[in-house]
Amino acid sequence: MTALVEVRGLSKHFGGLMAVDRVHCTLHAGEVVGLLGHNGAGKSTLIKVLSGVYPADEGEILVRGEQKTFESPSEAREAGIETIHQTLALAENLDAPSNLFLGRELLTPWRTLDTDRMEHEALQVISRLNPNFRDMKKPVRDMSGGQRQTVAIARALYFNAKILIMDEPCAALGPAEVRMVQETIRRLKAEGIGIFLISHDMGDVFEACDRVTVMKNGAVVDTVRVADVTQDDVLAMIILGEKSKARGTQMNTDEHR
Amino acid sequence: MRAWLEKAGFDPRFTSLVLALALIWVALALATDGIFLTPRNLYNLSIQTCVTALMACGMVYLIVARQIDLSVGSQMAFTGMVIAWVQVEGLGAETPFAWIASIGAGLVAGMLLGAFQGWWTAYRGLPAFVVTLAGYLMFRGAAFLVADGQTLAPLSTTFQRIGGGVHGSIGPQWSWLLGLLACAWVISQAVYARRSRRRYNAAMAPMWAEVVKTLVTCAALLGFVAVVCAYPDPGVDEGVAATGKGIGVPVLILIAVAAVLTIVSQRTRFGRHVFAYGGNPEAAFLSGLPTKRVVLTLFMLMGALAAIAAVITTSRLNSGTHSIGQMAELYVIAATVIGGASFAGGVGTIPGAIVGALLIQSLDNGMVLMDVSSAKRQIFIGLILIGAVWMDNVYTRRMTR
Repeated sequence: MTALVEVRGLSKHFGGLMAVDRVHCTLHAGEVVGLLGHNGAGKSTLIKVLSGVYPADEGEILVRGEQKTFESPSEAREAGIETIHQTLALAENLDAPSNLFLGRELLTPWRTLDTDRMEHEALQVISRLNPNFRDMKKPVRDMSGGQRQTVAIARALYFNAKILIMDEPCAALGPAEVRMVQETIRRLKAEGIGIFLISHDMGDVFEACDRVTVMKNGAVVDTVRVADVTQDDVLAMIILGEKSKARGTQMNTDEHR
Repeated sequence: MRAWLEKAGFDPRFTSLVLALALIWVALALATDGIFLTPRNLYNLSIQTCVTALMACGMVYLIVARQIDLSVGSQMAFTGMVIAWVQVEGLGAETPFAWIASIGAGLVAGMLLGAFQGWWTAYRGLPAFVVTLAGYLMFRGAAFLVADGQTLAPLSTTFQRIGGGVHGSIGPQWSWLLGLLACAWVISQAVYARRSRRRYNAAMAPMWAEVVKTLVTCAALLGFVAVVCAYPDPGVDEGVAATGKGIGVPVLILIAVAAVLTIVSQRTRFGRHVFAYGGNPEAAFLSGLPTKRVVLTLFMLMGALAAIAAVITTSRLNSGTHSIGQMAELYVIAATVIGGASFAGGVGTIPGAIVGALLIQSLDNGMVLMDVSSAKRQIFIGLILIGAVWMDNVYTRRMTR
């Protein structure tokens, strides 16, 4: 089966700093792949290249076997890649429907904003994620952390993403809201969506992910099945930057060469 | 007090602005023995306000998007000279349609100035403050060069009417018709909005508050028409019975521009993107908005509005001089900020900017009637600007606490 996303030898440097160094990784439909590593390991830069924020310096991105280059975030979105950034990327002064449809507004036949329909559609998708979410007219500024997260997730889901990138989706949330996010990840996985998940919480990662790709200093240390390793093995990989000695670690970085 | 206002559906900022304006008018009327409130003075005030208000409409958009344009006065001077040059040197003032061609040329010139500043700001990442400060200097110099420092006059007689002077108004009949139409529109909008909110079960302001708001708006509109119609037209030919002047052409231009820009800000994709960019530039970029193009377009819009302001000013002066629009940037920015636009970005309205412009021009006009010297007026307007920004700071801090 063709991978949903295949990254081949991707590099990105800022001046002399190799932020992403010849990275390989893959993502299949219905799979959750965790991206792990210390701050500065290159995870964020990698996903920014994947979501069209930075152009890659070297390497290829294949989406369903087709080679893609993203000049802007909207081009990545057109290829079916939706990103939930750690900052959530919401306009604080606008309400939930405006944020949900930002850049992809629904228009009336007269080319004006169809605010009523956007509000209606937003209510549908948001209340499926979070039934307690009612007030659609409130600016995002006045919302709780969980509500903001809901808006950001709803924005990614509404447009039928096939590939979802989630950068620290649970970092600022309370326990109930974390469960909401985990539940959403499970459901999306069941629907055949592929997810790259960045998280620092090892418990979350082991609960949600099928595989993890560990990075250090911009390069991939190794990619392993969660089922084949323990949390301590993964922690050792993150800290020492060495391949795991655990059994079944076949999926090394050269797999696709 | 604020919570109560909000519950009743009044925007607290806009309401306090209107109340402040009313207070200032009462104070100025008392200080000038009522001269301030005579129809003649109010007609002139309405014309004076237009130039500032037109540019404030563009400045609102820029400030909402976290930009600024310090060069609007110089843009006025340059585009005004281009307009006068096309009429006087280019085509001949009384050549048919020369005045239309000159307006076209002025608009194109304004948009080119805006494109220049927008390109440096959006595509080369320079701060708007620096780019437009340079523009402030350069465009003033360019205005001088158009006719080597000379004044170009006279202009087309048709063109002169645009300034609101002789034959520059639409008379009482059309004015009343327009006033009544505007009231009908205000009422229908209020009814329509209420129905739509009921259909979606959205929260509604109490009925009495809506009625008060609508009545006040209609009273202001009809009151304005009554005042400008009470000003006998000094320009009518001898032997013809003097009628009231009615609404001045500049006011009509302002109304048209303000209506279009309000619709654009609330009802179009572009307007939504401007507000999103102002609220969070990074989010706008990550959402795939064409942020650079939005900023470029805003500067071009500002240039076009400066050109329209130049049309009115050159028409009133019946000449093109390179010295028009001096200190206009201060009045425009002050009007915009008084009108509730915030330098923090993402906040501001067109009606607010227009009332802000009316407020600042009222002060200026009233101080002239009171024989306050221009040096003292400058000091006062400067203090008003600081006061407005300070109030915005206090307000923003309270909102985010």
